[in-house]
Amino acid sequence: MVNLIWVILFVVGIAFAAVNGTMDQVNKAVFEGAREAVTICIGLISVLVFWLGLMKIAEQGGILRGMSRLLGPLVRKLFPEVPKDSPAMGYILSNMSANMFGLGNAATPMGIKAMEELKKLNGGRDEASRSMITLLAINTASITLIPTTVISLRLQYGSVSPTEIVGTTIIATACSTAGAVLIDRYFHYRRVQKGRG
Amino acid sequence: MIGIGMITAVSLWIIPCLIAFILVVAVIRKVPAYEAFVEGAKEGVGMSFAIIPYLVGMLVAISVFRESGAMEFFIDLIRPALHALGVPADIVPLAMIRPLSGTGALGMTSDLIATHGPDSFIGRLASTMQGSTDTTFYVLTVYFGAVGIKKMGDALKVGLLADVIGIASAIVVVTLVFG
Repeated sequence: MVNLIWVILFVVGIAFAAVNGTMDQVNKAVFEGAREAVTICIGLISVLVFWLGLMKIAEQGGILRGMSRLLGPLVRKLFPEVPKDSPAMGYILSNMSANMFGLGNAATPMGIKAMEELKKLNGGRDEASRSMITLLAINTASITLIPTTVISLRLQYGSVSPTEIVGTTIIATACSTAGAVLIDRYFHYRRVQKGRG
Repeated sequence: MIGIGMITAVSLWIIPCLIAFILVVAVIRKVPAYEAFVEGAKEGVGMSFAIIPYLVGMLVAISVFRESGAMEFFIDLIRPALHALGVPADIVPLAMIRPLSGTGALGMTSDLIATHGPDSFIGRLASTMQGSTDTTFYVLTVYFGAVGIKKMGDALKVGLLADVIGIASAIVVVTLVFG
């Protein structure tokens, strides 16, 4: 499916440019897009290096284990395939907490680390496992309690009450997270029925 | 409800406190903190580079699609249908771009807030939408790219359907609360 979507984005875009006379913009888009991607990755280096370093201390200090013992029971139902004592659980929990507090910077490294542990549990294959899809679904829905970027944006444009959208954001984000989990379950059971779950 | 002062204070204190907490626990448990940090941090370098091919592939495709005018065409095509469902016409482009491009969506949100005012219905809706979902394609590419997952399974479908729910619930909630 990704292969198909990827090709469609290109082919439809180029066909459109041919008809609309926007070939010039497409030429620019190719190199701008590539440059933007590399810039993002370079920016990620500092974030990943710092947080993965810090998380290693947390792991060796037993903080991640403590967190899974404390909060694990809440999340275990979402990830039934992850063993109780797996480090993956600690990283999943840190990823979710970082998202909630609007620490997008910290959430990404923890999510990636969780993915890495889940990949080990999946025998190192390059295929997404059930737990990986669940983790991804939760992250794309992004459970947020404090949408920091939006609040500062509203403040900047002179809002009378920059934080008044916190309530609506929490409700909307709760709905999309619940939706993501349900849809994820639905696809999982469909895979099981097809016999390749 | 929630004071802006409190939120600013929380976001100012949370990371330093987290760092201090981790380090204090490390000292109590006799973890060689600096050595552990360097060991973990090393992985970050390789991971960032591992993401590059995935993200370049995805972002080039999306920007070609956007800049060619194809995206605008499809948005105009869907706009009447979504409008009939009660989605304000001004918000349709944001709803469509939110899962595709993080910078694009943020730019569009600030645009909508600047044009309509942060305390208008559109301004509040755009703010809620921006805050309540993440850029699905980006999350997918970065998380899977970093650990070398090529076969994504149902992940993309699940992510995009969750976005639809997120956007729909943002519209419903904002209409109920502020409408």
